[in-house]
Amino acid sequence: MSNTDVLIEIRGLKYRRGDKIIFDGVDIDIPRGKVIAFMGPSGTGKTTLLRLVTGQLRPDAGTIRIGGEDVVALDRDALYALRRNMGFLFQNGALLTDLSAFENVAFPLREHTDLPDALIRDLVLMKLQAVGLRGAADMMPSELSGGMARRVALARAVIMDPEMIFYDEPFVGLDPISMGQIVRLIKRLNEVLGLTSIVVSHDVPEIASVADRVYLIADGKVVGEGSPRELRDSDSPWVKQFVQGLADGPVPFHYPANDIRDDLLGGEKSP
Amino acid sequence: MSLVRQFREGAVDFFASFGAACLFMLRMLADTPRALLRPGLIFRQVHVVGANSLVLIMMAGLFVGMVLSLQFYNTMAKFGAEQSLGPVVVLALVRELGPVVTALLFAGRAGTALASEIGLMKATEQLAGMEMMAVDPIRYVIVPRFLGAFIAMPLLTAIFNAIAILGAWFVAVQMMGLDGGQFWAPMPDNVDVFDDVLGGVLKSVFFGAAAGLLAVFEGYRAHPTAEGVSRATTRTVVITAMTVLVLDYMLTAMLI
Repeated sequence: MSNTDVLIEIRGLKYRRGDKIIFDGVDIDIPRGKVIAFMGPSGTGKTTLLRLVTGQLRPDAGTIRIGGEDVVALDRDALYALRRNMGFLFQNGALLTDLSAFENVAFPLREHTDLPDALIRDLVLMKLQAVGLRGAADMMPSELSGGMARRVALARAVIMDPEMIFYDEPFVGLDPISMGQIVRLIKRLNEVLGLTSIVVSHDVPEIASVADRVYLIADGKVVGEGSPRELRDSDSPWVKQFVQGLADGPVPFHYPANDIRDDLLGGEKSP
Repeated sequence: MSLVRQFREGAVDFFASFGAACLFMLRMLADTPRALLRPGLIFRQVHVVGANSLVLIMMAGLFVGMVLSLQFYNTMAKFGAEQSLGPVVVLALVRELGPVVTALLFAGRAGTALASEIGLMKATEQLAGMEMMAVDPIRYVIVPRFLGAFIAMPLLTAIFNAIAILGAWFVAVQMMGLDGGQFWAPMPDNVDVFDDVLGGVLKSVFFGAAAGLLAVFEGYRAHPTAEGVSRATTRTVVITAMTVLVLDYMLTAMLI
């Protein structure tokens, strides 16, 4: 893979929260124009990884290069300039609750451009049409269902025509219909707008249907990578456990603890 | 021993919070010039914060003025000094009670609303969402709210004072039968526009800065959970009330 095809390059990423090591030397290449998925069990820091890549958190060590620029070294203004090139879909949408769906989608345009109102209106309605919610333009976020809120947020995330878009658990808590709509949107937006999409999720079938390449993260490291098909046929015990949903394996069923005999018979009160 | 340690921890905690609040203030001040370029956002907050508290402030002003007038009238009548009632009541109002009571009510009404609003915006990732849209939440959300409180406080204090003086007049003249001329005539000689009235306004400016800063600071650093937001709201009222009372003494000592 030649260097120009890599949009995001992560090298030797280390991050800890308190005493807990979240990432211990993660290397990832994200090629331009593809849909990349970060998968892994809950609590492995997939969302943290997105926040590190987008500069919301700072790693303890390692580099994160986006289009050649080191995110870690950027100052505030440069980071904000970079973020105009990014769309980010939060788990709950993160719509501004005091603005209507229309104004939410228009918000980045109003903040960053001097476009006339008529043009903003057309652009916003086009994006809302793309997510199928032109009819809900005047609704307030509290009136939208979870799936609708996420679609409005998606329209907002692409309103500035970004180069890349990050999805933080886009399938969580959705009914099957909304889930199907989001899957279709991720695919179509990626093709039509020529985006690079990074999806964080633990929903195996949905990811298998949208992702070009999957990174499986567990225990602070990348434990498997490849196309969804390659991962399905993988022999790695990590990958097998995750893809097949086995209760026990390298990720143990039991959270690390003292020997149960000590806890039950030791006489000392548990902490 | 443990009492000493508790005290030490409390003191460390206090100074850490105080330092964090000061740093936060500096960060807001650094962003204020750019926030001033968007006066619409600030006026909207003055409107929200002011309209929130207006009826409360007017009601409180009316009754504080009335009760003050009633108390002083009865006491001063014993010494035959009721002709001094007007200046005494008005001095107490414009120098002390106006700024202080307004600030305390403001903390309870508008301060808690600001803190919980910002805390909830944080809990629902709206602030993080703005950052990802390359919009600085300090500039867009925090500074306009702080400036809104800062501007609204002196205005609310002035309204409180005006209504309270009318309430005092109503009790003294209409109810207790003091002559209207006796109530108003000694004012020009005894109430100074600069020392007394503007001194009170100056206090309310400081109180506005303190109440605004504490409300947005507590909201902004709230833990993004239901419990965190409720704690931030409570802390806002308690800390603002204490700060206003301490500041009041210090300002009075300096102004006299």
